[in-house]
Amino acid sequence: MDFGLTLATAPVGRAFTVRQVAIPETAPEWASQLADIGFLPGERVAVMARGMPGNDPLVVRIGTSTFALRAAEAACVLIDPVLLAESAEVAARPPTTTAQVGSR
Amino acid sequence: MKQSIVHFHPGGPLLALVGNPNCGKTALFNLLTGSRQKVANYAGVTVERKEGKLTTPAGKALRVLDLPGTYSLHPRSPDERVTHDVLYGRAIGEKRPDLVVCVVDATNLRRSLRLVLSVKRLGLPCVVAVNMQDLGRARGLHLDLEALSLELGLPVVGTVGIKGGGDASLRVLLDEPELWRRTMLPAAADAPTPSSDGDHDLVRAMLKRLALDDLVPHTLSDRLDRVLLHPVVGPVLLTLILFFIFQAVFSWSAVPMDAIKEATAWLGTAVGALLPGDGAMGWVRSLVVDGVIAGAGGVVVFLPQIIILFFFILVLEETGYLPRAAFLLDRLMGGVGLSGRSFIPLLSSFACAIPGIMATRSIANPRDRLVTIMIAPLMTCSARLPVYALLIGAFIPSRTVWGAFEQQGLVLFALYVVGIAGSLAVAWVLKRFTARGQVRTLMMELPNYHLPNVRNVAIGLWQRVVIFMKRVGGVILVLTIALWFLASFPGAPPGATQSAIEYSLAGQLGHALAVVFEPIGFNWQISIALVPGLAAREVAVSSLATVYALSSTAQDAAQALSPLIARSWSLATALSLLAWYVFAPQCLSTLATVKRETGGWTMPLIMAGYLFGLAYVASFITYRMAVWLGAG
Repeated sequence: MDFGLTLATAPVGRAFTVRQVAIPETAPEWASQLADIGFLPGERVAVMARGMPGNDPLVVRIGTSTFALRAAEAACVLIDPVLLAESAEVAARPPTTTAQVGSR
Repeated sequence: MKQSIVHFHPGGPLLALVGNPNCGKTALFNLLTGSRQKVANYAGVTVERKEGKLTTPAGKALRVLDLPGTYSLHPRSPDERVTHDVLYGRAIGEKRPDLVVCVVDATNLRRSLRLVLSVKRLGLPCVVAVNMQDLGRARGLHLDLEALSLELGLPVVGTVGIKGGGDASLRVLLDEPELWRRTMLPAAADAPTPSSDGDHDLVRAMLKRLALDDLVPHTLSDRLDRVLLHPVVGPVLLTLILFFIFQAVFSWSAVPMDAIKEATAWLGTAVGALLPGDGAMGWVRSLVVDGVIAGAGGVVVFLPQIIILFFFILVLEETGYLPRAAFLLDRLMGGVGLSGRSFIPLLSSFACAIPGIMATRSIANPRDRLVTIMIAPLMTCSARLPVYALLIGAFIPSRTVWGAFEQQGLVLFALYVVGIAGSLAVAWVLKRFTARGQVRTLMMELPNYHLPNVRNVAIGLWQRVVIFMKRVGGVILVLTIALWFLASFPGAPPGATQSAIEYSLAGQLGHALAVVFEPIGFNWQISIALVPGLAAREVAVSSLATVYALSSTAQDAAQALSPLIARSWSLATALSLLAWYVFAPQCLSTLATVKRETGGWTMPLIMAGYLFGLAYVASFITYRMAVWLGAG
């Protein structure tokens, strides 16, 4: 289900999960940078604070860390409301992904 | 063409600390090495390189390298590039580490472990040190280190970076010979192409099996942020904090600065009495007293202010507030094409532009860094204060205006504001011309708040002071001696009626400059004083005293000068000189630092050109306006 929600427009204090990170052509380097700091599909996110004039920048919780993002950066992060995403995740995730690590 | 580099590595195995920013890596480094640290730069880049010595319980001597914090092995700033290059064995003049200690934040396992997996793939012997376990436990995280070790296929130890003895288990582990021989197991995940695409899923699955996939936020930090990042309360608190720091920098430093000045004067007199004062050897005494001792005193006198300012900056950094201040100011700085990251360098520049310019290294965007360097000298540094104090004391009557404000204080405040406004204007103009098509990235972590650790603050303060003394000390000392030479030779002819400095090279230069400065109201005495004032701004005060044939000790110079210049200068001239000092790059040490930080003469020359131009225009307007208003 697509609600067209991004982190830039998400309400403050509500939990979401990252669906996808869509990078504008003008800033291709953001893709790996956002991934490096934790914006990866399935991760929990929430907007902690906004309210600087123009809602820019905003404070975002990703996993257990807190980051300040510009609105343009936050707009790259497409999100799903948390309950829907969790049920979708269970259905979508192939059971094999967990098998490889512990086997050493 | 490739330059061949001679590699010279001191003995002892090299251990490198790698980890995310804010994972407590530097605290652990301080704990491991104590005061046995060396701070320098990596070859060819202005990234701070910290190395220390460590002795294991069995007596093995190790070199420890504190690599810049990084989120991944895809570098995005010069700092992260260094970490990447060192780990791949590509850094110039650096040995590839013999052992990597991955420092992991127990409260932030997902991100930390992704970095561990990338480091593991490099094939270097690797140990994981789980830091901040105490914080993790307080937040209800129960981490089984053995299980984690099995999952990762790497030895794992727990450390507490801020407590004495918190590094004991790591020290013991470092004595195991097997650790250093360890090669990576050829597991399926260690495919020849080092791609980190699957790491996210691996880490998630790992944490799920360890029952650690619950996210426990730091509620105290969240509560504090609700106040400190509040759109109205936050900026008000920031203003109050900055105001308090400024008050402290100027009021706490008054006593030690006076003591240093007196000690310098006393030393000058004492040493002067020991040396022969007349005849052919007279110039030796002059060189030692007026050149070396006065020059060294001129450097040391800034230390109290710099120590106090850095103390507050370090405490704010340790607590985690500094990135929040940058967050609060990001919007404001964005208006002139800069980011919140430029805030800290500019704040430092109020004590002295040199540490400010050195602090721009943390700005990842090269354009932003350059612009910050360019406007840093416009912040009113403490060296301007003696000049301001002299002119304000002599020309601005002390009286209360608008009921509550002291007129002299208001003028001083206005000079600060003019400097800040000037810097914003310059940044704005540069934005119009150079920021087109620039993508500015913020993505700045706001770490959890914690109480500052005395040891870390003390070590940080000591390192900054040493760097400042090395950088600035040498330059100011050499310049002071050079300008002493200019002001002393050739000596006055027999039967001279003017003061000796007038006959010297500096005096001749001053007379020549007076032609240039006449339109902005400077007389030849001021023009002469500006030349030695290039060593450090406040030297202009004692130079003026010399020109007016007064005693040359700085302290009574100002007192004796004040009535003298009040009689002989017009108000318009005084205001024009104030305007000059707001903008003029009257500090060769700053230009030398810019040359070092930008790696060439282009930027310091541009800086000197634009600042002198701005100063001349500002002084011209001020002088003409004042004359027109009847103050000529």
